[in-house]
Parts: sequence; C-alpha cells; structure tokens
Amino acid sequence: MTRTVPPSEPEAQTATAPKDVAPAVALHTGTSNVRALLTSNLRQSGIYIAFVAIIALFTVLTDGTLLSPGNVTNIVLQYSYILILAIGMVIVIIAGHIDLSVGSVVALTGAVSAVLVIQQGMPWWMGVLAALATGLAIGAWQGFWVAYVGIPAFIVTLAGMLLFRGLTLQVLDNISLSPFPQGYGRIASGFLNGLLGGNGYDAFTLLIGGIAVAGYAVSQYRSRIARIRYDQPVESFPLFVAKIVLVGAVVMYFAWQLAHARGLPIVLIILAVLIITYSVITTRTVFGRQVYAIGGNLAAATLSGVKVRAVNFWIFVNMGFLAGIAGVVFSSRSNGAQPGAGNMFELDAIAAAFIGGAAVTGGVGTVVGAMVGGLIMAVMSNGMQLMGVDQSIQSVVKGLVLLLAVAFDVYNKRRAGTSR
Amino acid sequence: MDDHILEMRGITKTFPGVKALEDVNLAVRRGEIHAICGENGAGKSTLMKVLSGVYPAGSYEGEIVFDGQPVRFAGIRDSEHVGIVIIHQELALVPYLSIAENMFLGNERRGRGGLIDWNKANAEAARLLAEVGLDENPVTPVGQLGVGKQQLVEIAKALSKDVRLLILDEPTAALNDNDSAHLLDLMRRLRERGITSIMISHKLGEITAVSDNVTVIRDGRTVETLSLHAGEVTQERIIRGMVGRDLESYYPERESHPGEEVLRVEDWTVWHPTQDRKVVEGANFTVRAGEVVGIAGLMGAGRTELAMSVFGRAYGRNITGRMFVHGKEVRPKNVAEAIDAGIAYATEDRKHYGLNLIEDIRRNISAAALNKLASKGFVNGNEEIKVAEGYRKSMNVKAPSVASVVGKLSGGNQQKVVLSKWLYTDPEVLILDEPTRGIDVGAKYEIYTIINRLVAAGKAVLVISSELPELLGICDRIYTLSAGRITGEVPVGQATQENLMELMTKEKELAA
Repeated sequence: MTRTVPPSEPEAQTATAPKDVAPAVALHTGTSNVRALLTSNLRQSGIYIAFVAIIALFTVLTDGTLLSPGNVTNIVLQYSYILILAIGMVIVIIAGHIDLSVGSVVALTGAVSAVLVIQQGMPWWMGVLAALATGLAIGAWQGFWVAYVGIPAFIVTLAGMLLFRGLTLQVLDNISLSPFPQGYGRIASGFLNGLLGGNGYDAFTLLIGGIAVAGYAVSQYRSRIARIRYDQPVESFPLFVAKIVLVGAVVMYFAWQLAHARGLPIVLIILAVLIITYSVITTRTVFGRQVYAIGGNLAAATLSGVKVRAVNFWIFVNMGFLAGIAGVVFSSRSNGAQPGAGNMFELDAIAAAFIGGAAVTGGVGTVVGAMVGGLIMAVMSNGMQLMGVDQSIQSVVKGLVLLLAVAFDVYNKRRAGTSR
Repeated sequence: MDDHILEMRGITKTFPGVKALEDVNLAVRRGEIHAICGENGAGKSTLMKVLSGVYPAGSYEGEIVFDGQPVRFAGIRDSEHVGIVIIHQELALVPYLSIAENMFLGNERRGRGGLIDWNKANAEAARLLAEVGLDENPVTPVGQLGVGKQQLVEIAKALSKDVRLLILDEPTAALNDNDSAHLLDLMRRLRERGITSIMISHKLGEITAVSDNVTVIRDGRTVETLSLHAGEVTQERIIRGMVGRDLESYYPERESHPGEEVLRVEDWTVWHPTQDRKVVEGANFTVRAGEVVGIAGLMGAGRTELAMSVFGRAYGRNITGRMFVHGKEVRPKNVAEAIDAGIAYATEDRKHYGLNLIEDIRRNISAAALNKLASKGFVNGNEEIKVAEGYRKSMNVKAPSVASVVGKLSGGNQQKVVLSKWLYTDPEVLILDEPTRGIDVGAKYEIYTIINRLVAAGKAVLVISSELPELLGICDRIYTLSAGRITGEVPVGQATQENLMELMTKEKELAA
C-alpha cells in the first residue's frame, strides 16, 4: 500500500513482534544484558563506539599525547563554545529547523561585550550580561519570524547570518578590540585550582570529580528505585553497578588528567551545568516533549494542543541565549573581539548534532549525542593538529566524517525499515 | 483448460524473523477483474510487491508465470516492460507537473534529436484521457485535480505503457461515491477491451459488484478463490474467509439511554482559509451524554471542516457561532483550550494528523494530556508508562510493549492508540472522524465496542463517516450535511441509506 514508508506497512507490522520483544525480555531475565543494552539503541551506541575508536586511533597516532593532561585540558578549552552552540542547535534540529546564524551571533555578542568592557571601561560582568541580553534579543527576533510569521528557519537564519555579521562590523567599526581585563579572560581560560592544595595535582578538581560521580550514582539509583516501584524492567544489579563504576572510572580518569594539568577549567563547569540542564529539559519536561512532538509530526502536535508557535519561538530564544554564552566564552578565550569571529561555527555545531544522531527530518536527536558528535570532531581536529596534518586535509577528513555519520544513520534506518 | 494470464505458484517471502507470505497461489484469468482481499497485514501488498518486482527475483521462493512464460523480475522496470502496471493507493503523481508530463514521466515521447515532442505527447495524452473518460486539458497541472481525477490520470498513464495487467491497490479508498462508481465503470470498460485487472480492496460491495473472481488471503496464505459468477458468494461469505470465522454482526448491540445535552453548537459558520467561500454555514447540532450522533455527508460537504473548526478553530477563518458544553458557553481559541473545554477530535488521517509515527506508543498516548503527567513542567516518565500500559491492555493494542514505535503498527492498532490518546484527555465529547477508515473488519468491530463502552460511561460521541451502513449501525441520531449546511436530522430508527442519501445530496436552495 505504501511504498515510501516501509515501516508503516501493515505487512511489515507482523514482523515487529519478535524483534521488539527481545530487548524487553532480556532486561527482565538479566541475561545477555550488555548486548541488549548495546543493540537496543544501535544508533546511539554506534556513536559511542566510534568515539572510543577515534580516541584510541589518535592516541596511538600521537604516541599518547592526545590523552596527556595538558592536551585534554586544551581540547576542553578549544571546543567548549562549539559544544555550547551544539546544545542549542540539536534542539533546533529536533524541532525540524536549522540555524545558520549562530557564528555571526557569536561574533556580535562578543563584539557588544568588547565595546562595553574594553572601549567603555565597564566592569567585566556588565559585558557578560550585555552579551547574553543581545543573544536573547537576537533569538527573539529570529523566533518571531520563524514562529509567528512562518518563514522557514533556513531563510530567517540565512538572513540573520548576513545581518548579524554586518552589525558586528558596524559595532566594531571594522577593527579588532583587545585585550579584555583579567576578570573577563578567566571565563574561558581560568581554572579553579589550588583551593585544597595537593602535591603535584589539584585536590579540588578530584573532589569535584568525586562529587560528580556520587551525584550520578545517586540519581541513577533513585531512577532505578522509581522504575522498580512502577514495575518497570531494570537491568540486573551487578550490571547496574558495573555501569556506574565504568562511568565513574571514566570521569575520575578525566578529572585525574585535569588535576595533573592546570586544574578544573571554569568553562568546563559552565559546560557541564549546561549539558545536565538541557539533557533534563529535553528528556523530562513538557517543553522538551513538545519539541520532539513538533519535529516528529507538526500537524499531529498542533492537533494535540501543543502551542507550536510559542514552542518554536522559545527554541530560537534559547538558541540565541546559548549563542550569547558561546560569544562570551569565545571572546574571552581569544581575549578580544574580531569582525571575523565565529566564522563557520554554525557548521561545526550543525555537524555535531548530525554526527550525534539527530535526524535531518526532525523529531530525533539528543543533547548527549550532540556532545559526543562535537567531541568526535574535536578529538579529530586536535589529533590531526598534534600530528601536524595540514589544515586542508583536516577539512577534507571532517567533511567525510560528517557524510559517513549521516550515511550510517540513513543505512540504519533503511535496514530497520526493511528487516522489520 | 483455463487461459491464465498470470499464475503465481508457491510464493513464500520471508523477512528476518517472520514469514510474510507462505505458499501463496494466485491464478488470474485473461481479461477478468480479479479481487484480492484480506485483513490488514494479511500479505496482500507484499504479494503485489513480489509480482511487480519491488522485491526482486531471488528474494522470494516460488514461481511466477506471466502469459505462459516463467518470469523473473529484477525491478519495477522489468515488470512494466511485460505490461504489468501497479497503481498504488497513495498516488505517485507530481502535483506541479501537467497531466501529460506526469503521464509520460520516465517514458517520455522523444522527437528529433532526443528532445521531447510535446505536441505529440499532449495529443496522445488527450486521446488517453478521453479513453478513461476524463475531460481535462493535458496541460493542466495535476495538483489542480481532485483525487478521483488523479486516479484516472494514473490509469491513463498505465494505458500509455501498453498495460496488460493492471493492479489497483485500494483504488477507491480516497474517493467519494460518485468517483468510485465512475472508476468501477472504467474498470468494466477496460475489461471489455481485454485488459486484466487485479484489485485490492476492503470494500466488499465493490468487489462483489465488479469482479469475476476473488482470492482471499489470510495470515500470508491463500485461503480460497471464489467465483462471483455463480451469484452465491455474498459479502458475509467473503468476510468469513478473511477473518476465518463468522462475524455474528458487524455492529455490537447497545442499549441507548441518552442523558443531558453535552455539546450544543449554534449557527456555526466557517470560511475557507484561503478561498472566499463558506465551508460551513449556519450549522446547528447537539450531542447528549450516552449518545452516538452521526454526521453523514459526501466528500466535500464540510464534515471534517465542521469538526475541526469546533475543535479549537483548527480549521478555517472568520468562524462565527456559539458553542456550549454542558450548557455553559465556551469559546476555545486554540486546540489546547478546546481540550480543556472537554472536546476531543480524532482525525480521519491518523498518519498525517493523528500520530507521531517515529515515536513510541506511550509518547503518542500522552501527547495531548502531558500536563496530567507533569508537575512543575517535569514529566513523570514512569507514571506515563503505567498510563500507556493501561490503555494498551484495555484497548487491546497488539504490540509487545508501549515502547513499540507507532509507525510499525497496523492501521487498526494505530487507531486504538489515537483513541487512547484522546480518552486520556478525559473529554466530555469525543469527535471521531472516519474512525474505521482503512482498518480491517475485526478491528472495526473492536472500535465499535470501544465506542459503546464510552457512551455507556456517559460520554457523548460524534461520529463522522462516509459509510452509511456504519452510521446506521452505531448511531442513535444522524445529521446530514450537504454543501456546508445541515440538511436533516434523522433518528436512527427512521433512517435508511436511501433517505440519508437524499438529504446528503439536497440542493442548497431547498435546504434553506
């Protein structure tokens, strides 16, 4: 009956049963749990496996430099603003839109901040507030056109890309501004260290790592208890513990590396707070659900009482806000504002979201996936830089990775479509 | 010996983990109209995909003999080459291209130098259009035609390919009665010209009206082939083959105890969103608690438009009129307010307007009432699973768990998910637009049972349907709608298909 959408074929439906039963049963019995965990969401786990493989590859290729304490810190500092942008971008993409303007918005928000702090001599936090306010205003502007006038986001943000780049040049009067005072610079290149001392390492960083692991364990345990209370299947207890130990080990290794370098980067704290906050927003709130509903089927969402225009509006306001944060971080890191700042950032952020499993058609994607997607790009760039690979080759490789990641996604979908 | 144009022998098609077809046999005589029927998921479409080469030779077991020759198709092009053309339920026309351009798409009429000779193409298109009885200019964009006419363009396109075996998948599913009659007529004429047709259909009335033989498929196996010439094969007989049992009745029994009025709509007028005309004009109707009220109307009468405009102005502009829920006037400006006012509307097109097909059952069920599961904006996922699981069981949704993706369910199960979603909003009045469209006989019966359960619980139900027997079978009262006006209100005891049809076709002047 339908040839374009194989999964909706009635004939195919009968085939679903055995496949779908498998993971649920496995979770119940507690056997072959690991496999179930991996195969239950191949799309996501595929990304994690690729991530680990890429880290391993470049660790070998760089003789271990990639995972050295100093370099791990560098990766965080270098790519934090892309990851911040990717958080907002994946939400935009889940809702079925795109935002091409974020690079220009990063430039403009940074420029506004620089003018106030460097030219006008205002305190550094005034610059931060002004940048965030600018980001919010830009988000509201674009959200208005997309949500209330009904112009496709591609067009609105393409216009925004030109518009805000032009305004950046205007604000900066075509020249670069630098340097920022010390307080502002600490945002992107400052560290929280030495608070508790330590011998050759930073105890405070390790403490924070430990707190993070404990927090993770507690939240996982509480969610497990809640699931049990609702008679939901949970993984076997040993596996549950193994999972937490594994995550804890990775986090503590990471903290250990940081502690042996310069301590805990402030920007990492900002990033962690944003990732946790937005993961919760996308997965557990009504707003998050509505974003997925709009992207999955706009008409059905509308007829389910979702206030589509309001949701779309706030998605773009949020994107503007995050672009403002990225603008602050980037200007702080580059210690000034340049007319050409943030060039091509939108493409990195979009690539991160798609590599992380977001669907071009909307309705699919996760914040964590986008972060992993962003880190894949980050590790590859950094690894190739360490190896001294030419910029041109780096670009070629990144392009191919994006293409292959989405091809993998399409292949997965098609396979799911025909085999089921 | 019978002269068979097509024989499919022992066809077995296996998907990983499941046999979609098992030892299916189909023999189609030259020049006949052969119907294939079966419940959703029985394997009809899979069989046609095997035949047309969508599933290439080698991916199935068994043998296909076309015109006396064993054939092995590697793709659709191969099957079209020998004259097998399939017309899918969802038409494959490009709306912005003209009739002629669509007709020769992929099969262009080349002139000198390899360029398309449009004069020749248009002339040939005009000839073929005349043949299918479609009075349209070949340069008209297809998007300007109604679905019925588009269907005829598809058939003309098939004729342009020198079709010998025409396969029609649910050809009348989207057509109104007039267009359906026209199409069936055309099929008879094609038969006279010697073109063999295979028709897949749910509509047993049509099958018995036009076809010579009917093959019944159930659970991926051929059940039987019945000849309709003997005149003894009734619709009940075919249904027995399809479901493997006798349906005692199409419609479950229900005692009617209408209570107080739940919904009253007064003087309701709706304008078309873009065109300068009224789609609904001065409509008045009421629905009482414990009552099933039907709205009968031909396609284009404004049934869906009426329902959607009542549902928080989801359709139309310049909507005027008043509406009352439990005697209190409400003015919902959007869908969210309509839901709050206790109105629920289950759409006629569940794939496009009812469900998020890429999401699972639980997220679809909760979609219209997420706030019930949330405190301070946070959704309680476990409570959500519990709620969805409850509906999966009570509505008998056939899926392994509420984590199953809705797009992979059959039509009947999808419809149950849509109903669950609206029941969870706890509505006072439930508007069901074509609640049994495209679902099989067994699932229809279940849907009717659910409707009865709802009214027994004191809900008010408004049903829109194109199938008059369905309205007669389940409603207490039926309104007829013609060209946007309510032309009659008939208690079911006095209603017949004939008098309803008369009211449904009543002219505007007379109605006023």
